[in-house]
Amino acid sequence: MDPASAPPPLVRQIADLGAADVASAGGKAASLGELTRAGLRVPAGYVVTAQAFALAVAALDRDGALRGGIARLPAEDLGAIGRAAARVRARITAAPLPADVAAEITAAHDRLGAAAVAVRSSATLEDSPEASFAGLQDTYLGVRGLDAVLDRVRSCWASLYNDESVAYRRRLGLPEDGLGMGVVVQRMLSPRAAGVMFTRSPVSGDRSVVAIEGTWGLGSALVAGEVTPDSFTVSKVTGEITGRRVGAKLRLHSVMPNAAGVTAQAMPAGLRGRPCLTDDEARTLAQVARQVEEHFGFPQDIEWALLGDDPARPALHGEPADRVVLLQSRPETVWAARDSAPVATPQPRASDHILSRLGKPL
Amino acid sequence: MDGNGSAPRFPLPSEIADAPGAEGWRSMYPYFTRFQPEDDQRFWFYNSMHFPEPIPAFDTVTAEIPYSAIGANTARVFVFPTTLGIEHRIVNGRVYITALPVTDPEEIGRRAAIFGERAAHYYENWDAQYEGWKLRMRELIRQIEAITVPELPEFEDRAVVFESRGVAQNHYVRENFHRCIDLFSKMWHHHTEMLMLGYGAYVVFFQFCQQAFPEISDQTAARMVAGIDVIMYRPDDELRKLARIAVQAGVDDLFTEGCSPEEVLAALAGRGEAGQTWLAAFEQAREPWFNVSTGDGFYHHHRSWADDLTVPFTALPRYVAQVRDGRLADRPTEALRAERERIATEYRELLASEEERGAFDQMLGLCRLVFPFVEDHKFYCEHWFTSQFFGKIREFGGLLARFGVLAEAEDVFQLHHTEIDQALSDVMLAWAAGGPPLGAAHWRPIVAERKRMLAALHDWSPPPALGPVPEALNDPAVRMLWGITQQTIEAWLRPDEDAIRGFGASSGIVEGPARVLTDVNQIGEVRDGEILVCPVTAPSWAPVFGKIKATVSDIGGSMSHAAIVAREYGMPAVVGTGDATKRIRTGQLVRVDGDRGTVHVIG
Repeated sequence: MDPASAPPPLVRQIADLGAADVASAGGKAASLGELTRAGLRVPAGYVVTAQAFALAVAALDRDGALRGGIARLPAEDLGAIGRAAARVRARITAAPLPADVAAEITAAHDRLGAAAVAVRSSATLEDSPEASFAGLQDTYLGVRGLDAVLDRVRSCWASLYNDESVAYRRRLGLPEDGLGMGVVVQRMLSPRAAGVMFTRSPVSGDRSVVAIEGTWGLGSALVAGEVTPDSFTVSKVTGEITGRRVGAKLRLHSVMPNAAGVTAQAMPAGLRGRPCLTDDEARTLAQVARQVEEHFGFPQDIEWALLGDDPARPALHGEPADRVVLLQSRPETVWAARDSAPVATPQPRASDHILSRLGKPL
Repeated sequence: MDGNGSAPRFPLPSEIADAPGAEGWRSMYPYFTRFQPEDDQRFWFYNSMHFPEPIPAFDTVTAEIPYSAIGANTARVFVFPTTLGIEHRIVNGRVYITALPVTDPEEIGRRAAIFGERAAHYYENWDAQYEGWKLRMRELIRQIEAITVPELPEFEDRAVVFESRGVAQNHYVRENFHRCIDLFSKMWHHHTEMLMLGYGAYVVFFQFCQQAFPEISDQTAARMVAGIDVIMYRPDDELRKLARIAVQAGVDDLFTEGCSPEEVLAALAGRGEAGQTWLAAFEQAREPWFNVSTGDGFYHHHRSWADDLTVPFTALPRYVAQVRDGRLADRPTEALRAERERIATEYRELLASEEERGAFDQMLGLCRLVFPFVEDHKFYCEHWFTSQFFGKIREFGGLLARFGVLAEAEDVFQLHHTEIDQALSDVMLAWAAGGPPLGAAHWRPIVAERKRMLAALHDWSPPPALGPVPEALNDPAVRMLWGITQQTIEAWLRPDEDAIRGFGASSGIVEGPARVLTDVNQIGEVRDGEILVCPVTAPSWAPVFGKIKATVSDIGGSMSHAAIVAREYGMPAVVGTGDATKRIRTGQLVRVDGDRGTVHVIG
């Protein structure tokens, strides 16, 4: 490292991040920073940078033998991958954090002053438009107290060596050195409802609609597939709700009253078949989704939450936009790869369109 | 519908039993309207949009002549590549239709070559063609208005002798009657002259929108096209003007809810200059704007405002009250235009490429070019001309009644036009010979029996469709006008006991008491805050749109006038439900969901 330049920071505030920080803070943290720049609300927090990860791993694997061994494993040898990955994970979770990293996290954590936080992996390769690593790294909700946070930071780092993550990298032939991992630490929310939304239809690829899925409480129940979410399709142009399905939401994930962790329980009977969003709220979310898409310039896959303690609370009339909080936004990858030939191209005369369409079987 | 687990199908035409009490219905209609055994092989749907009630014998002219004109236009004049014409059949008084598709690629190619050249001639010169069309249509209207029904006095006019005319009046009975039918036929040829091309432009734009935006609703695509300054709004605008004049002139006290048109007009005559001012404005508005029919021009009993002032006088008290409160607003045309542009611009921007945007501009431009005709032709054809046409036939009925052949003028509509021809010949002969016509004994029992049968046919529930489920629906008119798609057919096959399903033609969700109208003449019964449930929402019903919370119709597509007006009023509308008027009763609490296109009875 050039001794003239200041060492890269080990911890940064989310509000200070932007798209250029993917390599240092990870994709998730960078996108949260961008959302803040776009004027949208994200939970307050900080990121433990890839530099902190690099310091820690360098201390554990001074000669790089551990990581080099993984890079040489054949993609199809899942047994060997599993054994090697487990060795790395054990080392990462057992070793204490480097002192300067722990000190920086402690300072940032005190400044945040949250009773409970969410600790979320933010890999530097994750969520690029080309490859979706979605869901391969860990997230911990309802983490309480500094010691637990320090533990969970190590767990997130270790999750870069989950069997599936390693297997995925081997399958794609991605290098093992230069891997990075940021860890996002944010104030834990207790949302009334949460879920995901796409700024184009995941079913048809239609760019004129926002597809929203949601459930009562934390969105983790939806991401984990424990509920059939409510779904809404909202026209970006007219705000009309062109699709609406109420799901059977059988499980409720929520933050425990004393903020000591997250519970999963049976959904109260009165909420199961009740839509978690009003039409107005769905429209508000769709507007937020449009803002996000316009900011990034291409279709997005967004995690959202609606604030409010009581899941049974009625509509948030009058103040909806303030209550939408975004937890993540990443490029939509499925349809982006599929876009094909134009539906129609200009013709010499407008009436030629009629002939070209009516001139063949409908 | 078919419980055997084989390929889904609707009842076959041959399986339809005669409606009880109306076993002789066939005698009312010409042989060429009857289902044939081979018709079982084809898909037919009930045209409840135009024929929501059992059809009286004369009114079959509004099927026979339009289908004769439409088919000529698509199959023979413009040579549409994939569709011939529309065939119709009548069973139990109901009109079923089917479009004849062209599926052989070689044949489509042969037709396409001719179509391309002919269609382009109209599209490329559309505005000039439309100007010429309006002149031709006004001339036809002038001609139908000028037709006289000979009085057949005891002695012929002297002029026949002194001007050496040589032809007696009884000759003109037939000539002038034929002329009515002939002019009606010509009107329908002109009606279709540009209409099918207009629908073609819509279909192509709508298909493009659906490919580019698979989840776009027809109503949203329609909103990009909708015209703002269309003639069909004019009658309603005239009523607003009359309401303002009533308040200015100080005669507004006469316009009260439930007021009788005759009494109001009589009272105005006694209100001096102020009354005369209003009456003068009324006369001016009447011609031509009160020639708007309370139906869609397919039944003789759908009278125009000019014939039956109930509809305008139902709307006037409300407008008058709004003028007094300073609440009567004109249509916000600028805001509507701005919203239309916003929607079109945003969809345009959402397209994937500049190439698509270029194509979009061309197709939308073409739709907007054809829109004024597509929307305005109805006033000229179905309303103005047709109101005059039925009026003339009614006058011939008066002649038959005067000669005792019929009990009353209105009975003329119980005879097919070829039967009227015979009855008129009877009168012509009788007048010439000096004896009585023989028709009384012949026609009066027939008329009485037909009236009885029509009443019995009213109770029959027509299946929405007959025959096998089609593989594809190829006809632009079927899609655009009747709103029938593959989804409609599937919904017909699986009737849901709870939800009444149709097309969301205008978005929003409301609840309210239902007002089921099966006959447009009941329009005066509609009360504030009700949800109007009707076979088809006709354009002239716009005056009650300010009163009702939502509208539900048995039939209609997203480009039907009702859908357009409902969107402008920001009022939820579900059209094309098939059978809402049968499943909902007046007074029931219903929930209308204009987004999903469903109606639920909730109490």
